[in-house]
Amino acid sequence: MKKKKWPETWQTINPGCMVFDAGNARTYHTGSWKAERPEWDDSKCIKCGICYIFCPEGCITQDENGFFRADLNYCKGCGICAHECWPGAITMVEEG
Amino acid sequence: MAKRVGMEVGIAAAEAVGMCNIDMAAVYPITPQSHIAEHLSEIVADGRIDAEFVTVESEHTSISCVSGASGTGARVYTATSSQGLLYMHEILPIVSAMRLPVVMGNANRAISGPINIWNDHSDIMPQRDAGWIVLFADNGQEVVDLTIQSFKIAEHKEVMLPICLNMDGFQLTHTVELIEFPDQKKVDKFLPPRKPLATLHPDNPVSMGTLGMPEIYAEARKSQDVALTNSKKYILQIWDEWEKMFGRRYKPVETYRADDAEILMLTMGSMGETAELAVDQLREKGMSVGLVKLRLWRPFPFEELKAAVKNAKLLIVTDRAVSFGGSGGPVYIEIKAGLYHEKKRPLIYNYIIGLGGRDVPVPCFVEMFEAAAQSAEKGVVKDYEYYGVRG
Repeated sequence: MKKKKWPETWQTINPGCMVFDAGNARTYHTGSWKAERPEWDDSKCIKCGICYIFCPEGCITQDENGFFRADLNYCKGCGICAHECWPGAITMVEEG
Repeated sequence: MAKRVGMEVGIAAAEAVGMCNIDMAAVYPITPQSHIAEHLSEIVADGRIDAEFVTVESEHTSISCVSGASGTGARVYTATSSQGLLYMHEILPIVSAMRLPVVMGNANRAISGPINIWNDHSDIMPQRDAGWIVLFADNGQEVVDLTIQSFKIAEHKEVMLPICLNMDGFQLTHTVELIEFPDQKKVDKFLPPRKPLATLHPDNPVSMGTLGMPEIYAEARKSQDVALTNSKKYILQIWDEWEKMFGRRYKPVETYRADDAEILMLTMGSMGETAELAVDQLREKGMSVGLVKLRLWRPFPFEELKAAVKNAKLLIVTDRAVSFGGSGGPVYIEIKAGLYHEKKRPLIYNYIIGLGGRDVPVPCFVEMFEAAAQSAEKGVVKDYEYYGVRG
């Protein structure tokens, strides 16, 4: 059975909002409130990894070609990656 | 066997906690609660009970500390008063939202300013919406009984909520009263060890105090509200059980000579006993008066209150706290709103009394009954008044 993102109703909430599964933070998609998302222009990227280092969420990973991408399930759109990217490869784009 | 002893009520409160097989307590002393803190620490230090007494540096820490311990499955106690309760305020709604059973004694005292260490209810009233079960005791016996009951109520698997037991500072905490202490074996039977839903332990991971995003927050609040409202059912069950075992009956709304009374007065806490004497005096003079004593402030016992006042013509609500800029005292506002949809309801009059330790003896209650009755007869309901204020 596919796990639900939220309890559907107030009746199905655990007392005190306790969560009984270990390692549950991964299933809690906290990226839903972002207003902007980062987009990479790989032609400008020098693969320095500064975006990966500075991302406060730890949601940026390197793909098999050595370029970087954010996991938008967790990215809060803070823009730190774009601010730190000195070659200017990252643009914050408004969420539509 | 139960034994009757003359004992200061604050000391008796600590003795009652000592009978409840607690695992830990964290209490920061503050007048007029200090005797509870001191005596409970002595009970632990003397090895009379096997518990931890954590000497914390503030009330913010004492409530945080007992909440954390409650999360591990411990049976916990704290106590405070006045500014100490206000200093806990940030944590209070978190304890209830996390559904952590915590029992707290509150020696009711006025809040600053002007600085005042004496009794009124202005410390607990601002905590109204913290999501706790809130009880008021009339006398020392009730402090002892309600303390023991509170652990069972708070820890009940369908309740799982913190409880604040209010006892008037000085008027109760520093008064020596004749109190019957129940037999320890019977208390152990009434209050078996806690069985928590979950405990913080690395062998069985659980997250408590989780994040609730906009998609879930309202549902979480509703679920907590329903839990508090439903707790009344279990409070009543536990009070029934207490009566069967110990012979003393507890009700959310207590009444005194109220069944046929045209004029009712409502009190909370120790002043109820003084008001009873005024009721007796006025009854002797032929006046149809009675008393309603509110024991359970949260969850508010609307059903029981409506039944108690439905035949009265006038209900005089006494408040021992001020809601600045409001339409009356906090208890009055609650009751007036609660009766709004009733087809048959009494006129309601509100007196603010006994602020900051101002004495309210029997003749004052007599005067309040008579003055409110006269006002109601004229049809003029000047419904909100500071009783006995000069000027």
